[in-house]
Amino acid sequence: MVDFDVIVIGGGHAGCEAAAAAARLGVNTLLITHKFKTIGEMSCNPAIGGLGKGHLVREIDALDGIMGRVADASGIQFRMLNRRKGPAVRGPRCQSDRRLYREKMQQILTSYPNLTIKEAAVDDLWIKSEDDAPVSGVITGKGEKISCARVILTTGTFLRGMIHIGDERIPAGRKSIKNEIELPAIGLSNTLERFGFTLQRLKTGTPARLNGKTIDWSVCAVQPGDQPPVPFSFMTENIKVRQIDCHITHTNEKTHDIIRENLHKSSMYSGHIEGAGPRYCPSIEDKVVRFSDKTSHQIFLEPEGLDTDTIYPNGISTSLPVDIQESYIRSIVGLENVEIIQPGYAIEYDFVDPQELLATLETKKLPGLYLAGQINGTTGYEEAAAQGLMAGINAARSSLGDTPFLLDRADAYIGVMIDDLVTKGTEEPYRMFTSRAEYRLKLRADNADQRLTGLGIDIGVVGKEREHRFNEKIAKLVSYGKILDDLKISPNEGSRYGLKINQDGVRRSAKILLSYPNIEFEQITNIWPILKEIPTEIIEQLVIDATYSGYLDRQEADIVAFRKDENLMLPTSLDYNVIGGLSNEVKEKLSKAKPSTLGAAARISGVTPAALTTLLRFVKRKDKKAVA
Amino acid sequence: MTIFALSSGKGKAGISVIRVSGPQTKDVVLALTKKGFSLRPRMMTLNWFFDPDTNERLDRGMVIFFPGPNSFTGEDVAEFHIHGGYAVVGGFMEALSRLPNLRSAEAGEFTRRAFDNNKMDLTAVEGLADLINSETESQKRQALRQMEGELGNVYKGWRLQLITAMAYLEVSIDFSEEEVPDDVTHRVIPIIEKLQRDITKHLADGHCGERLRHGLQVVILGAPNAGKSTLLNYLSQRDVAIVSDIAGTTRDILEVHLDLSGFPVSIIDTAGLRATEDEIEIEGIRRAEQRARDADLKIVIIDVLGGSIPDKLSVDHFGNNTLVLLNKCDLLDNVNHSLVDDSSIGCWDVSLKEGRGMDAFMDALKGQVENRMEFTQTPSLTRTRHRANLRGAKDNLDRFLSAEHTEIELLSEDLRMAARDIGKITGDVDVEDILEKIFTEFCIGK
Repeated sequence: MVDFDVIVIGGGHAGCEAAAAAARLGVNTLLITHKFKTIGEMSCNPAIGGLGKGHLVREIDALDGIMGRVADASGIQFRMLNRRKGPAVRGPRCQSDRRLYREKMQQILTSYPNLTIKEAAVDDLWIKSEDDAPVSGVITGKGEKISCARVILTTGTFLRGMIHIGDERIPAGRKSIKNEIELPAIGLSNTLERFGFTLQRLKTGTPARLNGKTIDWSVCAVQPGDQPPVPFSFMTENIKVRQIDCHITHTNEKTHDIIRENLHKSSMYSGHIEGAGPRYCPSIEDKVVRFSDKTSHQIFLEPEGLDTDTIYPNGISTSLPVDIQESYIRSIVGLENVEIIQPGYAIEYDFVDPQELLATLETKKLPGLYLAGQINGTTGYEEAAAQGLMAGINAARSSLGDTPFLLDRADAYIGVMIDDLVTKGTEEPYRMFTSRAEYRLKLRADNADQRLTGLGIDIGVVGKEREHRFNEKIAKLVSYGKILDDLKISPNEGSRYGLKINQDGVRRSAKILLSYPNIEFEQITNIWPILKEIPTEIIEQLVIDATYSGYLDRQEADIVAFRKDENLMLPTSLDYNVIGGLSNEVKEKLSKAKPSTLGAAARISGVTPAALTTLLRFVKRKDKKAVA
Repeated sequence: MTIFALSSGKGKAGISVIRVSGPQTKDVVLALTKKGFSLRPRMMTLNWFFDPDTNERLDRGMVIFFPGPNSFTGEDVAEFHIHGGYAVVGGFMEALSRLPNLRSAEAGEFTRRAFDNNKMDLTAVEGLADLINSETESQKRQALRQMEGELGNVYKGWRLQLITAMAYLEVSIDFSEEEVPDDVTHRVIPIIEKLQRDITKHLADGHCGERLRHGLQVVILGAPNAGKSTLLNYLSQRDVAIVSDIAGTTRDILEVHLDLSGFPVSIIDTAGLRATEDEIEIEGIRRAEQRARDADLKIVIIDVLGGSIPDKLSVDHFGNNTLVLLNKCDLLDNVNHSLVDDSSIGCWDVSLKEGRGMDAFMDALKGQVENRMEFTQTPSLTRTRHRANLRGAKDNLDRFLSAEHTEIELLSEDLRMAARDIGKITGDVDVEDILEKIFTEFCIGK
């Protein structure tokens, strides 16, 4: 007997979602974290969602994950990004109250019946190597052994974390708002190296935190939120938290001069940092150097909460020494007299090459061990949470002897991200963008529930309440969709209602009329007043589907071809070295990536059609075994 | 999609077999034969084949139809047995690639379909890998050769333009919160307009590239014993044709491939043109006339000893692609030039036996070859598949420019599809390339 079915190490965004998902599937789950009170901490900026990221939150929510509901319960400003562009590229985003976020997260987790939370530091994995699944539990800093069937490691930036501020180097996984240092995890890095994992370094940064009482708000531009706010969760009817404005200010030539003069004091420019930082989130030093012709950069002044004066100045992350930070920040309009509560810093940490993972996020080297979040080379709360969810589901299912639960590139952004990670690895902290999804028109934030909740219900990860609500919505979509198909009009009649249609005598359905860019739903309700009865959220969906229908049909043909290769599974035990007819280069690439499907193998650069044909043989052989 | 490919070996052959597989197969047969007849399964029939667009005759040959699932791939399959040779096969493939929902098959795709439909056993698949390997290796070598040259630079240039255009669209989708210049999406249209124009021009190159691949056809014509075979030997600098004094030695077609000024050229020696009762000779002359019709250049040789009346059969071939050689000038003091009119490119007094006058003629011949091979400055298409992919890219760019929709995500989708088409020629257009372009050009990052 084991103490727990699944143990999750880490209480960040990946860890919380992993523990919750495992618990929803009914297995006995333990979450181990340094401190209960830091569960759900937002280590960097106090915001959830955005483009691509907002899609991920909706997908997590569609599988009954918790991030969307926590964001809704803590959001103090909601904005739908790209509101004026098409629905496929709209991304929900909110500023969250940091404290409310933590509290809501902790409240939800403690309400899960089969989830235990324990405060401890985990130093090592407990391995009985003779077993099939060698991971047998964890060993805490105090030497306590806790046994389990599956372990999920979500260490964030804590693996050999090192904070850099100017010349100063502080071994730490995070610096909390009260300037408290949280100790890095050294033991687990050693454990991973002992088992032959390739560890690499990445870097990320965070700006100074400011005292809002010392900011001159009157000279800053106001950025209001949406009215009414659009929630993340399909379960949230409306947002109850008080909504506030954000503000925007800009750096200027003087700011840039100060930074340029002191560049040599920055940790990044003095050679202290070896890890690669993200190209899309450069420090202010990088911005000034790389875009020297820009005389100003925008800064979003984001409140960290309703009852705190702390402000997060988004856009000026840095690793300059404290005195320089103070002088350049005070050169900015509105911040002339600002008080710095906590200086900005850069942080370097270990991550595991995600090509060491299966699509379930289980490691290939240590069966039973799953990795999720920044440890896999990603950045962002949403990316971490999405991996946590998938690792939690798969670890739980694996402990029950069930088959893996996988999402592919045509199912979800989650599938795009995990496939990118495990087949291609990453050179910089990986962040989701909508441009990464080749089926972007299908993978929308608005239809995440239609894409995923049904799948979630099938595997039992979706609760009764959501299941009920989802089924009701689908029933409405089907029945009203049929009405739109059945109502038809001739071009002649249509022109009498002012519709511009080709006068070809072909009768068109209401749905087809809606797919024309020049016809609005309101015009159609003039013809058929009965359509006014359709609930707003249902008609919105039907209109979006109609708008994209031409492109979606073409995309569907692509998806069929793509899925054909995705359905051909390659056994992980496959020894590519013994396969005749593969070049050494291809053997090496396949052995490293161990693609789970023929499609994934095809996405590895340098794998030829001939190599794929050879692999087909193994797929076929496996099929035969399954029959026998 | 329905796919097609040349199933018999590449190069010249008596018969070539083009195979079609997929749901459109029946339509393809009907479109090419222009018959509304019902296809009898597994029954070979003789037909004329027509270009569905122009109604031009492509060839006369056999067609056989195998309804799925009782076929090699398990889908509907048809085989066209047509005459071998570059022009016929090339024209046939070109016509097929213009039919809707039809595209040329990828390496090993017929077998892949057979496998998917459970028509193949393991050993068959194993053997296939080697086959595909050699096929793709040769394709890869050919593609590499092309990629090193000007053609590669053209495609790479297009790829970069497309990446730039996509980056400008994607930056305003994925980074709309950032300080991106307002005009960035407007920068896309001129790029795509130019790209669309360039691809259209490239597609309308008169198949110069395919000619480059197979060689310029130069046919030698003339009366028996005028010195045609001697010229062929002179050009090839080795004895390929049997040269003798007996008239009518060359009864069939002889062909040699040469490198002239760096261009591939096929020199075709033909049977002497004269009125004759000999059936074999008549067939030889018929073939000579046939090749003369398809020729890019003709060299007509006239024996100046033949008297003042030139043979009519030779004179009929004078024209704007003809070079006239007055041979055996060493044996005559006064050469009569009146028999050559202005319709030809020019005429040269030579003695093939002694090589006299040949330098001037060779310079002229090289000049004509260069003219014909380089008549466009842009490097040209050399493969039917490239042509099909470029046509696909052009269609997507056309849709982008026709602007029936203005939604940025749909415009971006058009470019994505175009990039996929061009990517099939140059290697993939990776989203990383687009992101890299965004991050180098714009200051992104909160």
